[in-house]
Amino acid sequence: MLHLIDRRPNGRGKSAVNRERFLRRYKAQIQDAVKKMVGERRLGDMEQGGEVRVPKKDISEPSFGFGRGGDREFVLPGNREYVAGDRIPRPESAGGAGGSGSEGGEGGSDDAFTFSLSREEFMQIFFDDLELPNLARTEIGHSEQRRSIRAGYTKSGVPANLSVIRTLRQALARRIALAGGLARETDALDAAFAMAVAAGHAGQAAELHAELERLRRRRGRLPFLDEPDLRYRNRVWKPEPIARAVMFCLMDVSASMDEDKKDLAKRFYTLLYLFLTRKYGAVDLVFIRHTDDAEEVDEETFFHDTRSGGTVVCSALELADRIRMERYASGWNVYAAQASDGDAFGADPARSARFLREQLLPATRYYTYLELAAPDSQERSSSLWAEYERVAEASGNFAMRHATRRDEIYPVFRELFRKENQ
Amino acid sequence: MTPISHGADWDFGLLERYDGAIAEVAAEYRLDTYPNQIEIITSEQMLDAYASSGLPVGYPHWSYGKEFIRNEQAYRRGMQGLAYEIVINSNPCIAYLMEENTIATQALVIAHACYGHNSFFKGNHLFRQWTAADAILDYLVFARGYVMQCEERHGAAAVEEVLDACHALMPHGVDRYRRPAAPTLKAEAARLAEREAHRERQFNDLWRTLPECPAEGRTAGKARFPAEPQENILYFVEKYSPKLEPWQRELVRIVRKLAQYFYPQAQTKVMNEGWATFWHYTIVNRLHEKGLVDDGFMLEFLKSHTNVIAQPAYDSNAYGGLNPYALGFALFRDLRRICEAPDAEDRAWFPQLAGSDWRVALDFAMRNFKDESFIAQYLSPRLIREFHLFAVADHDGEDALKVDSIHDEHGYRRVRKLLAGQHAQEIRVPDVQVVHYDRDGDRSLTLRHQRRRGRPLTDAAAEVVLHLRRLWGFAVRLETWEDESRVGDVVECAA
Repeated sequence: MLHLIDRRPNGRGKSAVNRERFLRRYKAQIQDAVKKMVGERRLGDMEQGGEVRVPKKDISEPSFGFGRGGDREFVLPGNREYVAGDRIPRPESAGGAGGSGSEGGEGGSDDAFTFSLSREEFMQIFFDDLELPNLARTEIGHSEQRRSIRAGYTKSGVPANLSVIRTLRQALARRIALAGGLARETDALDAAFAMAVAAGHAGQAAELHAELERLRRRRGRLPFLDEPDLRYRNRVWKPEPIARAVMFCLMDVSASMDEDKKDLAKRFYTLLYLFLTRKYGAVDLVFIRHTDDAEEVDEETFFHDTRSGGTVVCSALELADRIRMERYASGWNVYAAQASDGDAFGADPARSARFLREQLLPATRYYTYLELAAPDSQERSSSLWAEYERVAEASGNFAMRHATRRDEIYPVFRELFRKENQ
Repeated sequence: MTPISHGADWDFGLLERYDGAIAEVAAEYRLDTYPNQIEIITSEQMLDAYASSGLPVGYPHWSYGKEFIRNEQAYRRGMQGLAYEIVINSNPCIAYLMEENTIATQALVIAHACYGHNSFFKGNHLFRQWTAADAILDYLVFARGYVMQCEERHGAAAVEEVLDACHALMPHGVDRYRRPAAPTLKAEAARLAEREAHRERQFNDLWRTLPECPAEGRTAGKARFPAEPQENILYFVEKYSPKLEPWQRELVRIVRKLAQYFYPQAQTKVMNEGWATFWHYTIVNRLHEKGLVDDGFMLEFLKSHTNVIAQPAYDSNAYGGLNPYALGFALFRDLRRICEAPDAEDRAWFPQLAGSDWRVALDFAMRNFKDESFIAQYLSPRLIREFHLFAVADHDGEDALKVDSIHDEHGYRRVRKLLAGQHAQEIRVPDVQVVHYDRDGDRSLTLRHQRRRGRPLTDAAAEVVLHLRRLWGFAVRLETWEDESRVGDVVECAA
């Protein structure tokens, strides 16, 4: 007797819950691993999933087992040259001839337990606990999109929205409520009538009969469907957050920005981009590089083309604002990230700060400024930094940080976008 | 007869026809099986099944996730192929077949799992004694439901802690000998009555005149508890732990039951796989003899078959221990050969087998042995030579390994004894037992590791003691003894 069952449609993922438990249990280790991974990665690969290595000893499941030492014998197959009494030098590791099947000691098992995270899992861990600032608070007010959603039932409405089931349920309830009392009265009268007839009181019986008739007529007059029974499906308009964002990347490519600093900036932009793509359905990117004048370029040029010259920060800010008004005037969440070494001269820092405060900041959700310095530089504050610091004091959607080394980028990023309630 | 099919593709109708043909052959050989239930799954589902030791239902636990990730990784990188099938000891016997298999492989797998393993599950004494094939699926469903209910009520972390601790002690959560069933009320009453009658028959007034023995002599030294060392640590915890909540006790019980369910499998790996391999080989060859399968089918079958029973030498890169399929298959085939065509050596070594009916001899072997005793009983000198088996001694005091014995006249018995010992549960799992529960004092629990031939425990022992401490709730000590004297350090975990 054979049962053949096709289980293929049942789907996989039976182990998904166990996998998720595993990830949760080793969250700390995995987070560390992800952090390290980000440091080693090329930018183009940043949003891929990745291989995580967790030290094996951390996730071992202990049980009583035999260690090395003591006397034992084991049987092996495939002898070619040995005869009884031969001596074999002890192998260095437990591998080779040392192990007899599964009980081969635990030498050489220090390597890490490696497994890959999917892209989603990677991003989940990567951006765990991070929140886009000012998002929840401001978006509703600025929102221009609305969506109709269901919101229960109302007593008035257009016939097209009539909910038949609700209405009939209401009618049934009303009929039961109104007819119940009448039924009881009728029953009582019925009994009295029967008694009167049995006792032979003709007059009383006729009276009761008339009363009964009256009640029956009243019951018959209860309408099947009445005006108060009607129920209509209700819909309301709900404001929707804008699902689009634009990110302005401003970078100083003047001579003082060397390869290392540019690399730091790239990393920061990449993080921001990944983060935004996670929050918004569509993210537009605008790359603006500047020396003494600003220009909009494509991504390739932005990151890989070299150009040198002086530094006029304000030019980039002005260009960004112009592009914003031209293309992203309404219906967009605007973010901007500026990276520079802060080497600005003369009136430029003050002008930039003013322009930022008055023009750009009110129109953006969040503006971050990352000042990049060489690892060995002593003096941390530039003239631009000093000016921007005053801007930061005055406004809530502006943040600025220093970064000098590659592994600082991620912590800086986390610090900038930390959930505000923490 | 004409072959059932040509080509590699399979469909459900074809599977049924092959199963019918195989069942016919199996009946010729008088294989006794549970009814079969064959389920077709994808490779991803196979990975899922791997993670839960093949069980169709399992409670959620991170270690299964780890196992899943490990297997998936190995599979993705091509380091590990997937098994063609998984078979579950239940009634009906459930076998999972992968959809990627060709029809030849499917037929092989049906013969292997649905008739080989299946008859072994039904016949072998260990499975008969320790597993309830009818009830296991229901129990698994209960276990899963119970664990998830506990998680809801007490939090996943609390449940995980108990399960972790139980998993660490799983190898020490099995009964090796059957506990006597509790007597029924009637039997108990009868026993008491008989005892009373015995006392009356033996009554002698003279005993009354004996002086009382001094009072402190009787009570001196409180009775040790437990009176005898207990090897089933999880059972002891479940019954006597002073602190466990009832739901925690039930979790311990669930893990213990699972450990017990897998206990026969661990002890019959060589036999079980050997038996199944022997039968798929015999059955498919018989199908070919009857003309039910074509030569192309046979070639593919033989390729898979030889892959399964390959045994690389100890110094080969592919060596991963003795292959239970290879060893088991060779043992059963050799047994058949001894019965059918014995030579002088076989007559000397196996006088009772030589020339007897091989089906009876194989059936007897399958029913009444486990790996250890099976090898000790049936490993012939010829097989030892064929496998070039040799024994190596690794002794603490010496700076080199010594070849203890090889496949020659002087070595056969020694090699056979050592190989059998290597498959004994007592050798593979350290002997750790509960020796004392200080019920009237600080409620501490003392374990004793009976060390043999100086083989120490791994450092993980300290972690296991810590896990046990979590279950027990009070101090736990682990002592190591060898030959009636204590050696080494005591691993202690304070309350």
